[in-house]
Amino acid sequence: MSTDTRSEPRLAASPEGPVRSHRRLPRFAPLGLYLAGIALGAGLSALTGFSVTSTVVYGVILGTAAVYLTSRTVEGSRKGTDRLVTCLVTTAFGIAMIPLVSLVYTVLDKGLARLDGDFFSNSMYRVVGEGGGAYHAILGTLIITLVATVISVPIGLFTAIYLVEYGTGRLKRAITFFVDVMTGIPSIVAGLFAFALFTLLFGNDFRAGIMGAVALSVLMIPVVVRSSEEVLKLVPNELREASYALGVPKWRTVVKVVLPTAIAGLGTGVTLSVARVVGETAPLLITVGLITGTNLNPFDGRMATLPVFAFYQLTQPGTATQAFLDRAWTAALVLIIFVMALNILARLISRFFAPKTGR
Amino acid sequence: MAKRIEVSDLNIYYGNFLAVEGVNVSIEPRSITALIGPSGCGKSTFLRSLNRMHEVLPGARVEGKVVMDGQDLYGGDVDPVDVRRQIGMVFQRPNPFPTMSIYDNVIAGNRLNNKRMRKSETDELVEKSLRGANLWNEVKDRLDRPGSGLSGGQQQRLCIARAIAVEPDVLLMDEPCSALDPISTLAIEDLMGELKERFTIVIVTHNMQQAARVSEQTGFFNLNGVGQPGRLIEFNPTEKIFSNPDQKATEDYISGRFG
Amino acid sequence: MTATKAPTEPPSQQRVVRRPGDRVFAGTAKGSGIFILLVLAGVAAFLISEALPAITASAEDVPGGEGLGHYVWPLIVGTLLGAVIALLVATPLAVGIALYVTYYAPRRIAAAMGYVIDLLAAIPSVVYGFWGLAVLAPQLVPFHQWAADNLSWIPLFAGPASASGRTMLTVGLVLAVMILPIISAIAREVFSQAPALHREAALALGATRWEMIKMAVLPYGKSGVIAGAMLGLGRALGETMAVAIILSGGGAATLNLITSSNPSTIASNIALKFPEATGLGVNTLIASGLVLFLITLAVNMLARYIVNRRADFSGAN
Repeated sequence: MSTDTRSEPRLAASPEGPVRSHRRLPRFAPLGLYLAGIALGAGLSALTGFSVTSTVVYGVILGTAAVYLTSRTVEGSRKGTDRLVTCLVTTAFGIAMIPLVSLVYTVLDKGLARLDGDFFSNSMYRVVGEGGGAYHAILGTLIITLVATVISVPIGLFTAIYLVEYGTGRLKRAITFFVDVMTGIPSIVAGLFAFALFTLLFGNDFRAGIMGAVALSVLMIPVVVRSSEEVLKLVPNELREASYALGVPKWRTVVKVVLPTAIAGLGTGVTLSVARVVGETAPLLITVGLITGTNLNPFDGRMATLPVFAFYQLTQPGTATQAFLDRAWTAALVLIIFVMALNILARLISRFFAPKTGR
Repeated sequence: MAKRIEVSDLNIYYGNFLAVEGVNVSIEPRSITALIGPSGCGKSTFLRSLNRMHEVLPGARVEGKVVMDGQDLYGGDVDPVDVRRQIGMVFQRPNPFPTMSIYDNVIAGNRLNNKRMRKSETDELVEKSLRGANLWNEVKDRLDRPGSGLSGGQQQRLCIARAIAVEPDVLLMDEPCSALDPISTLAIEDLMGELKERFTIVIVTHNMQQAARVSEQTGFFNLNGVGQPGRLIEFNPTEKIFSNPDQKATEDYISGRFG
Repeated sequence: MTATKAPTEPPSQQRVVRRPGDRVFAGTAKGSGIFILLVLAGVAAFLISEALPAITASAEDVPGGEGLGHYVWPLIVGTLLGAVIALLVATPLAVGIALYVTYYAPRRIAAAMGYVIDLLAAIPSVVYGFWGLAVLAPQLVPFHQWAADNLSWIPLFAGPASASGRTMLTVGLVLAVMILPIISAIAREVFSQAPALHREAALALGATRWEMIKMAVLPYGKSGVIAGAMLGLGRALGETMAVAIILSGGGAATLNLITSSNPSTIASNIALKFPEATGLGVNTLIASGLVLFLITLAVNMLARYIVNRRADFSGAN
């Protein structure tokens, strides 16, 4: 909060200097005042029965008021407003951190209880109370996500190639627009689409992992298209021309020059799109459902998946409630670990596969 | 190897817009032909039309004929990809493939077309091409390093090596020295002098001294005004263009009274 | 190259020789693009075909016994209510975050801070549901009580207050957290693109940092923020699991945010009822999904329209 002094260097205040000097708060005064306000807030909160929420609410209001009023009095109204906005903007960022920290803490706190070997090696087959695990659900999630990736990446990548390398006129504009629109399809609608599609094809009682994979693909394809398109656009035209000038046909140019040059970005985009769908619950809930045993065949029968598993463990606990809740939170923790691992993987890909341009 | 190119009544369009109009010229084999003229006069467009590179832009097309040793390059059954294998091109900015090593860059034309070659053959081709581009001694110890790690002038010579490795008949150069420092420029100009023994070379340049130094024939492109098509105003031996041009416009441009 | 209008009629397109490899590859690429259009059309078509039985059925056959409109209406209200709360809470916060990351945070850690905010988007929605149920809802119970005691003259807080905190208000706040990274990512992008010339001009006139932002950044980023908010709204409308877990829905349409008899949302209603639905129940749920699809489609198209219009005007100035 006090960092903004750097943009306006303080001059040694000689009254006759060329720059009219204002009275300024000492460098750490705003931060100090803000913290004092927070402390006061904590005290106020303690009077009314201590809680974190009220401490934050009171503290932020009091701290902001303290900074604003002091600055306004000492430094004038313009500087006061400036400091007020600084407080508000910083507070906004701080507020956004609260759910993130709280969420991560809660999931770790409750999820570590069952983060053991059994969780990864046992299914829920014939488990009604304690014990059991998410072996079947983890494998199901991996299989369905893999099938969805296998469907989405070729379609998405080829569409991006069309948009960047070949597309012209109305068709290109239409595809661009509707890919954008598709990005906004609610996941539950994608699930309904997969359900309706397979119901029309195979009848009402058909259930298989592939239904979930198709639903996830509907969500994944636009993400792949957009990220691949952005990356392919970054490949300099000069490289394409260099290849054409060597008498290389366009398709070989795309496959052997453009794609390898963009491979880091493409890999990052695909990984992030997997991260986007790996935690999707709703479409799997209404298509693939849940079973207690292990089914590794995505073309026949229901499968368990981690998000749906977590959902039912939480919302439909059996007799040993705590065991179900523990499994639910551990499943949520594993899910977050998956997503974070994919995000980190995406970063590593973009770092290590980038073309080496160093001199 | 080197071949003659006859251009007759060539009009070049982008969509409905006429960019270059009515070019008639005969480009001699085993010589350097320079194209000069102010910016936007169509000389680069004309150069790119010689190996059908301008067709990369949608809507680009030509009228007229470009005949190389009796074959019309714009004939109905001619594949532009085959044209470009015969007529290589070097660009303004060095553009080695960033994902490939120096070695792979040189044989990129063959590799990208999946041409099967024995290791000894490719080794030989790489050395021959790099020697041809006066680059062998500088890079022979680091052929497996990325091509983008070289200096600008070295990169441009690598691009020339890459172009001559597919053994074209003609080499087009689009302002090959404009992104280089004077020493690198000199190296490229020396190289052109050697390459003209084997190739027909056409070079576009903004630098009139360069045209005067390296070329046998010079063509001067100009346009009457913004929005007008570019034309080939004069095509003559370089000595004549720079000492006693036929056209007033050429003389004005050469002597800097261009306006 | 400079070009001009052709003085003569241009000749007909030259016959283009294309290699088989090129034709196959280009065809595959084009086919993929067209396939995507077909998928989207398919989403609409299959939803309509499966929704038709519910639309044409007589009123007493539809679950609830009073017709499709009567069934869907409270859900639409619930969907809009939750999403609007989320939007109202998230937009100012997201703008603040974006400003903080682009213009206030120390340079060295600004990128890392942006990344941390993006992590919010990476957390699966079912986990948000868990968190909302286990942490946020209990935390908000005192506020629910306080609002029912002191603000009951506002219809939104008419009460009686829910004792569990599993209310539309809590759902709206969880949705706000979920759409925060979407809006702030777009706002960050447009704010950071505000022309440096304008910003420096403002600073050179002696403006404070806030005055510079007010003069040069906010006007420039306004439509981008609106578009981001619309995209966030689209996401909030379709959000399923967080709502399904937190809300103890099933009530009639009401604007009362703090009671335990809220209406559910379309998406969460589908998620909760679909696994057990049979016959016309399935068709009814799909019909409600169609309504959701149309609402989000409209919102997203509007957002894209705003984004694209902005792109037209943000050229070289």
